[in-house]
Amino acid sequence: MLKTTSLLHIICNSSRISYTKGMERDFEFSPKGLADGFIKSWPIAVGVFTYGLVFGLLSSDAGLSLFDAVAMCVIVFAGAAQLIAMGIWIHPLPIWTIIFTTLAINLRYVLEGAALEPHFRGLKKWQSYLTLFFMNDESWALSLSRFKRGAKDKAFMLGSGLAVLVAWTSSTVVGQIWLAGVADSSKWGLDFALTAVFLSMLVSMWRGKSDIAPCIVAGIVAVAAERLLPGTWYILLGALAGACTTLFGRRKKHV
Amino acid sequence: MFSNTETGVVIFGMAVVTYLTRASGFYLVSRVKVSGKLEAFLNAIPGTVLVSLVAPVVLADGPAESIASLAVVLTAWKSRNLPLAMVVGIVTVWVLRRFIG
Repeated sequence: MLKTTSLLHIICNSSRISYTKGMERDFEFSPKGLADGFIKSWPIAVGVFTYGLVFGLLSSDAGLSLFDAVAMCVIVFAGAAQLIAMGIWIHPLPIWTIIFTTLAINLRYVLEGAALEPHFRGLKKWQSYLTLFFMNDESWALSLSRFKRGAKDKAFMLGSGLAVLVAWTSSTVVGQIWLAGVADSSKWGLDFALTAVFLSMLVSMWRGKSDIAPCIVAGIVAVAAERLLPGTWYILLGALAGACTTLFGRRKKHV
Repeated sequence: MFSNTETGVVIFGMAVVTYLTRASGFYLVSRVKVSGKLEAFLNAIPGTVLVSLVAPVVLADGPAESIASLAVVLTAWKSRNLPLAMVVGIVTVWVLRRFIG
C-alpha cells in the first residue's frame, strides 16, 4: 500500500507535466500495450496472489460461498476493502456499515484517479473509464511511474489491472477451496489473522506525526462505542471522530 | 448464484461505491479544487477506519491479543511484509492463549 504523502507528491508532479506537454498526440491505446502491461505486472501479481489466499480463507470463514467470493473479486475488486468487509460479515449483514467502510477504505482511489487524469487526456472516454474500473494500488503505481517517464501506450495500465484481477480472483479460489476449513480458527489463532492484516495495513499507511491524533481519538471512540452501542456503529463513529481531529487545532504542517 | 439476496445486495453496493471512488477523482480533478482541510480529512479516513476496526480487539480483548498486536506492528514496521506480520501475529496469539488464556 502506498503512503498518502507520496500520492500527493505524484499528483502535484503529474499535473505539472501535463501542462507543459501541450497538444501533440503523444499517446496511444493498443493491444500491444495491453499485453505489455499484463506481462510486466507479474511481480505485483505474485504479491497480490498472497493476499488473495488470505481473502479466500477469511471469506470462507465468514460464510461466503465460492460464487459470492469470486463475484466480489470480479465486480468490487478492492483487496483492502474486501478483507475488511470480512471482519464485519455477520448475519444479519450490517449493509450500510459494510458499504460505508468500503467507501472509506477506497477513498484513496479518488486521489489515485486524480493523479492519473493528466496522463489520460486525449484518450476516448470509454478507454479511460474502463481502465479506471481495474485501477488498483499496485497497477496504478507501476503504470504511473512509466507514464511519468514518457511511456506513450496508456493501455499498459488496463493490461496491468487485468493481470492483478486474474491473480486476485484465482488466489481467492485457491484459498477458498484448499485453505478453508483447515481447522477451528480460534483454536489455531486464525481468528486473529484479520486483526493482524489490518494492523499491518495501518503500519504501511502510517504517514507520521499527523496521524497520531486521529488514530488515538478513533481508538478511544471505537472502544467506547463498541461497549455502549449495538452492532458495528463503532467503526463509523470511531473513523469519523478520528478524522474530525484534522479539522480542529493547530494549522497542519506539511501533510 | 449468490448464497442469499442480502449477500448479493451488499456485494453490488460495494461494487457501486468502489467504482464511484475510482472514477470520481479522475472526473473531478479538472473541475473542482479540493480545499486543504477536506483533503486532510479524507486522507485521515482510511487510517481511522482501520484503528476503529482493530481497537476493541487490540485494547480490550485480553493480554494475548494486545501483546500479539504489538508483535504484528513491530514485524510489519521492520519487514514491510504483510503475510509475514500476519503469521507472526497468529503464532504469537496461539502461543500466548495456551499460557495466559
